[in-house]
Amino acid sequence: MIRIGSGAGFSGDRLEPAVILAEKGELDYLVLECLAERTIALAQQRKNRDPNSGYDPLLEKRIDLLLPILKEKKIRLITNMGAANPIGAAKKIMEMAKRKGIHIKVAAVTGDDVLEHLDGQQEVLETGKPLSKLSNLLSANAYIGADALLPALESDAEIIIAGRVADPSLFLAPMIYHYGWSVDDLDKIAQGTVVGHLLECAGQLTGGYFADPRKKEVPDLARLGFPFADVGPDGTAVIGKVEGTGGFINLATVKEQLLYEATDPTGYLTPDITADFTTVRLREIGSNQVEVSGGRGRPKPATLKVSLGYHTGYVGEGEISYAGPNAYSRAVLAGEIIQERLKDQFPDLRIDHIGVSSVHRTYFGELREPYEIRLRVAANATDSENAAIIGEEVEALYTNGPAGGGGARKYVREVIGIVSTLIPREKVQTQISIQEC
Amino acid sequence: MKKKLYDLAHSRAGDKGNTLILSLIPYDEADYPLLCEKVTPDAVKHHLKEIVLGEIIRYEMPNLASLQFVCHQALLGGVTTSLSMDTHGKSLSYAFLQMEIEV
Repeated sequence: MIRIGSGAGFSGDRLEPAVILAEKGELDYLVLECLAERTIALAQQRKNRDPNSGYDPLLEKRIDLLLPILKEKKIRLITNMGAANPIGAAKKIMEMAKRKGIHIKVAAVTGDDVLEHLDGQQEVLETGKPLSKLSNLLSANAYIGADALLPALESDAEIIIAGRVADPSLFLAPMIYHYGWSVDDLDKIAQGTVVGHLLECAGQLTGGYFADPRKKEVPDLARLGFPFADVGPDGTAVIGKVEGTGGFINLATVKEQLLYEATDPTGYLTPDITADFTTVRLREIGSNQVEVSGGRGRPKPATLKVSLGYHTGYVGEGEISYAGPNAYSRAVLAGEIIQERLKDQFPDLRIDHIGVSSVHRTYFGELREPYEIRLRVAANATDSENAAIIGEEVEALYTNGPAGGGGARKYVREVIGIVSTLIPREKVQTQISIQEC
Repeated sequence: MKKKLYDLAHSRAGDKGNTLILSLIPYDEADYPLLCEKVTPDAVKHHLKEIVLGEIIRYEMPNLASLQFVCHQALLGGVTTSLSMDTHGKSLSYAFLQMEIEV
């Protein structure tokens, strides 16, 4: 049996659950999944400005806390915190290890950056148009699979740092390595992928993103424990967490996470497999223990998905609040004023009433007059000066708009869009580079 | 008698591009056949007509006593370029649970 812990579910995740897992979880492997679709494009943008950067912004904080514990407990770390610069990240880790007087071997996995291999002919999946129509392309990263991590695992590196590895593959790789599974053993690869998919969002498996007071109570979310899986030779796994940590694991939390983001549960695509979730069996076998088995597989897709980041301009936003008698009507009036002044210049102008209909973009049932309401205005612009007009106009409602407006705020941000394309596998060659001190 | 899905089941929303993915998991697995019967793709499409512009595909998963709804053209273009407050559509699981069925 091997035990694999999940110490981060996104780039900005809490730091201490991974430390608790490493200290008390009796892990063989710790995985930190820190890369969302847009994260890598933003990292590429930083690398373009400074060639030594482009790895995860929290890399140093996480490694600083974990390095001595990993070393002492002989836990191997696998992470995609390399983002757009795995080699730069490995160098940074070496630097930190030297400062701490710790001997360490780090493997950087590269080759997911395929910007050079795109010729503009590839079809953008979301639009059906050729890639050459997309101006301002910033990054192109292929989702690489568990096979790209195997040479690094065979190298005995204690830390394996990669970029755009598919999330479940980060967890699948140590299973394949430890048990010597054939990558053509479809059911084992699928079952391992199911386990990886469950673990990839960390706290979302142990009661995070689950609580609903009086309906779905979750204990001690302030000290949420992150999950680990005890994986057996056929991929059957038991999900658990460190005793005394917050949250819980039961059939409900595991079902929610298994189905999370699965666009086709009969054929969940990764670089490693087409996994069928409709054969998965879940069983509660103890307190905070769920057994997962039965994932079935079909061959992996012939192509790899490539995530493309591109500059798409700026968004300007402005907000202002109204409260007390007739607040909703005053906010509606404020929105109408903005609409009249800006609609010609910003055809996609968006007006939301926070407190009524801003997040669902509508409301269900009868509308009750809210005590307070916040008007929010947003629009796209080609440059930051034009984007700033949105917030300026909202702020000007102070002296030109309805009575009692307060708390105006304005924001301008650059927008990196993400679309995708497919690339033949043979165009993607991954490598490892080892650093040791 | 009408009942809200909120009283019978829980849901988590996910996103892929402009596609919204909604799970529906009954608290009591015995309610799974009722949900299969009443929560049809057409009924969900009607309930979410202001939100989901494209097709809704339903997957039945008797192994988990759960349903999965994959809703196309639902996120104003998707997380990276949408002007919406909730660009991922993460809060939309609770829009779904507002749906009422006859029990």
